[in-house]
Amino acid sequence: MNTVLEYKSILMQGTLVTVSLAVLSLLLSVLLGLLAASLKLSSSRMGRRIGNVYVTLVRSVPDLVLMMLIFYGGQALVNHLGGLTGWWDYVDLNQFIAGVLTLGFIFGAYMAETFRGAILAIPAGQHEAAVACGMNRCQVFRLVTWPQMVRHALPGFSNNWLVLVKSTALVSVIGLHDLVWNAVSAGRSTQQLFSFLSAVLIIYLCITAISDLCLRKLDRRFSAGVERG
Amino acid sequence: MDDERSLLQYLQHISENVSPVDFYLIADNLDRFLAGALVTLQLTFLALLFGGLFAVPLAVARAARTPGLNPAIWGFTYLFRGTPLLVQTYLIYYGLGQFAVVRESFLWDPILSSPWWCVLIAFTLNTTAYTTEFLRGAILSVPNGEIEAARACGMSWWTRLRLVVLPGAFRRALPAYSNEVIFTLHGSVIASVVTLQDLLGVGRWLNGRYYLAYEGYLTAMVFYMIIVFGITRLFRLAERRYLGHLRPREHDELLPMTTSP
Repeated sequence: MNTVLEYKSILMQGTLVTVSLAVLSLLLSVLLGLLAASLKLSSSRMGRRIGNVYVTLVRSVPDLVLMMLIFYGGQALVNHLGGLTGWWDYVDLNQFIAGVLTLGFIFGAYMAETFRGAILAIPAGQHEAAVACGMNRCQVFRLVTWPQMVRHALPGFSNNWLVLVKSTALVSVIGLHDLVWNAVSAGRSTQQLFSFLSAVLIIYLCITAISDLCLRKLDRRFSAGVERG
Repeated sequence: MDDERSLLQYLQHISENVSPVDFYLIADNLDRFLAGALVTLQLTFLALLFGGLFAVPLAVARAARTPGLNPAIWGFTYLFRGTPLLVQTYLIYYGLGQFAVVRESFLWDPILSSPWWCVLIAFTLNTTAYTTEFLRGAILSVPNGEIEAARACGMSWWTRLRLVVLPGAFRRALPAYSNEVIFTLHGSVIASVVTLQDLLGVGRWLNGRYYLAYEGYLTAMVFYMIIVFGITRLFRLAERRYLGHLRPREHDELLPMTTSP
């Protein structure tokens, strides 16, 4: 126990990496999710097809496989293209950026399904009424769709966030010095892997418990004025 | 035999000249990938089997709010649902060796020092936690009227559970269970991190051995997709069979009767 406390700063550093990785990937995944959801709901057939392929593909492949493919394969691809075009020299893809891109890409697909369901849960009449009132597309989205979509999407969104936080542990496999990586290396050098990994479990539990609390508050805020079934 | 050779030669030709992905090498190592798929499926199936067996009594105890047991089970599920499977696997595979008691116990040699067993234990505990929670939800959603009717028929608690509550709960839990099966399959890639040769493990081996960037992962990816589509298909069939009474009617059988004079 005392050894773990001695390595407190390393664990804190790792936690910071893990949390920032999770938050950045969340932002990316929300953007991608909104994009893919609007593609899947669009009237263009091509757009729907692209959205479908993205969502189905990502959701059927384990995250670690995609992560390795993007980290190792993506790096090879970037350098291959660089070699072909001569536009850039050898690029060393940073593990942090690769992690953010991969997790954002993966959870974008899950977010897309959440957002699509949330948009579909809004009665079509409201959209029609808003258009009939003379609102343009931007206004309809900002004033009618978005506030209700947030409410419908929050439970799914919370779930996705919690899964995302747990998935960040995988970046240690591609060598990013996150919480898990730091704890394993500290545990190896002190021969106390169990204590260090238990500390990691506790830190992850704290992260999930805090986010659970915040998301519940948010849910209450956005459901103001709605009867609970 | 001749056909096979010409197919391989064709693959070799396009691998060397056209495609950036070496199909020939993949075809050459297909048997290894099949063996990897077997490991993946084995781990997933066993974890789900044992997880399911443990989850049923735990879910019943939790739904019945058994004093003492209920908070303990809640603590277990909260711990395993709130932390990454990777860390749980590490804790069992690397962590337990920290204690001399464990290293000297009879469990060490055949079980706790082997990655296969450690991974299976971690996966089983993990899927038990998730299955317990949604099974509990399914048990609680059994309509009160059904239970009252069963009581009125004079059924004991055990008979009620066996004949009314659990069959209904299992049916209701089926859609959620298909997700759990896919999540367990996806989680099984962690086996490759602790040196097991599952699908991803074979992919990593191939890429490491021939110094490649795509081939191994792409092949593993295709295999996982095939397995997931198979599982989804199976569950769709099961839902047709067991949740048929909830399906919207496909053709209206009442129509001819109402139009007839």
